[in-house]
Amino acid sequence: MAILLAFAAGVVLASYAGFREFLPGLIEGAWVTVQITVLGAMLAVVAALIAALAKMYGPWPLRWLAIAYIEIFRGTSALVQLFWLFFVLPHFGIVLEPLTVAVLGLGLNVGAYGAEVVRGAIQAVPRGQWEASTALNMSRASALSRIILPQALVAMIPPWGNLFVELLKATALVSLITLGDLAFRAQQMNQTTLRTVDIFSIVLVIYLCLALVLSQSMRALERWAARGIARGRVA
Amino acid sequence: MGGAGNRARAGRLMLWDWNYTFEILPELARAALVTIEATLIGFILAATLGLALAILRMAKNPAISIPATVFVEFIRSTPLLIQIFFLFFVFPHFGITLSGFTAGVLALGVHYGAYCSEVYRAGFENIPRSQWEAALALNLGIVDTFRSIIIPQAIPPVIPALGNYLIALFKETPLLSAIAVLELMQTAKILGSESFRYTEPITLVGLFFLVMSLVSAALVRLVETWLGRVGRRV
Repeated sequence: MAILLAFAAGVVLASYAGFREFLPGLIEGAWVTVQITVLGAMLAVVAALIAALAKMYGPWPLRWLAIAYIEIFRGTSALVQLFWLFFVLPHFGIVLEPLTVAVLGLGLNVGAYGAEVVRGAIQAVPRGQWEASTALNMSRASALSRIILPQALVAMIPPWGNLFVELLKATALVSLITLGDLAFRAQQMNQTTLRTVDIFSIVLVIYLCLALVLSQSMRALERWAARGIARGRVA
Repeated sequence: MGGAGNRARAGRLMLWDWNYTFEILPELARAALVTIEATLIGFILAATLGLALAILRMAKNPAISIPATVFVEFIRSTPLLIQIFFLFFVFPHFGITLSGFTAGVLALGVHYGAYCSEVYRAGFENIPRSQWEAALALNLGIVDTFRSIIIPQAIPPVIPALGNYLIALFKETPLLSAIAVLELMQTAKILGSESFRYTEPITLVGLFFLVMSLVSAALVRLVETWLGRVGRRV
């Protein structure tokens, strides 16, 4: 409800501005933003699962590696991480494309936060589930992959929705490493046309729309996944 | 061309230059003060604005509560960087020209104020209805009810959550470099562009953030146990 009103307020704000004039260019930028968000989200989920499982069940070298990854990426700023990948890695002979830097930096950053989400969700599965798996003579690995994780995955959808919105918002940072995303296009247009009010209002509304689409689809996913659980319980 | 090749070779020979590290340390320390200043002022702003927004959102009159809710949702779903640009580039068109530091701190305060308002709201929702009813029975006005009944009970339990947002806000201050505020990140970038050595400045900045946020996270956990309740790290 409030979100819809926020959206309406945004559209009013943007429609008096030069929607027609600036929209095509900004949409191109938004496409880059969407690409980085989607690729970054995929990397984040993979990194989070690996880091959380390594931290919880890995042998000690892996566990310490996972803890170091999580604390370093959660403890420093996303922008510092992007700059480090962009400016410092070339010094060690590793030159990455700006798009790679963006996906890698943001994906690993969100993945570190996600690792704690994954850990929380796995720990929230009742102990009885582990005990039942042991009683059925399942190995730890198959109990984890067939009993525990499927339940934990459902529980972690809502916090992941929040993280994805944070990721979307963080993609604006990639404009500072010369990637032509929405924020970059906005600054570029601002410098050439100086119609600052119009451009930045439209950009805010585009980000708002993207965030709404993202959070609504995560909510739909949540409902869909939870329906599977309910069916399982009845049977 | 040859120069660049030499630089690259020199760089490969010397991965970490300690002399250069000590040379830039004083300048980075000065910049760290700007970062800390921005963090503290920004957070004071966020904590105050958040409380105001949370109280406005509880108003019975929808003409007050709905705009406050819309404002919070709007701020929370748009990037901080764009909000900083908005204050810095757009406000002058309305006759309000802000310095980079002011615009940046204001944006940090408003952005995290929206997040803090959710924290306060959770605190207020945990106050039993009977407390409100008792205040009403004692014929306390709305101001007295908040000041002497509700706020003293609602705020202490949410202090750890606010602390986590303080850390989050601290980690967002590098964004002020986008509007040329001379905080840590911007200083590191300038130092790097002068010497063509980015390794030391940016790594030092990263280390500074890592140490500061690990220490403050530990402090928050300490406060959490001191308050005798288990909270959640952001």
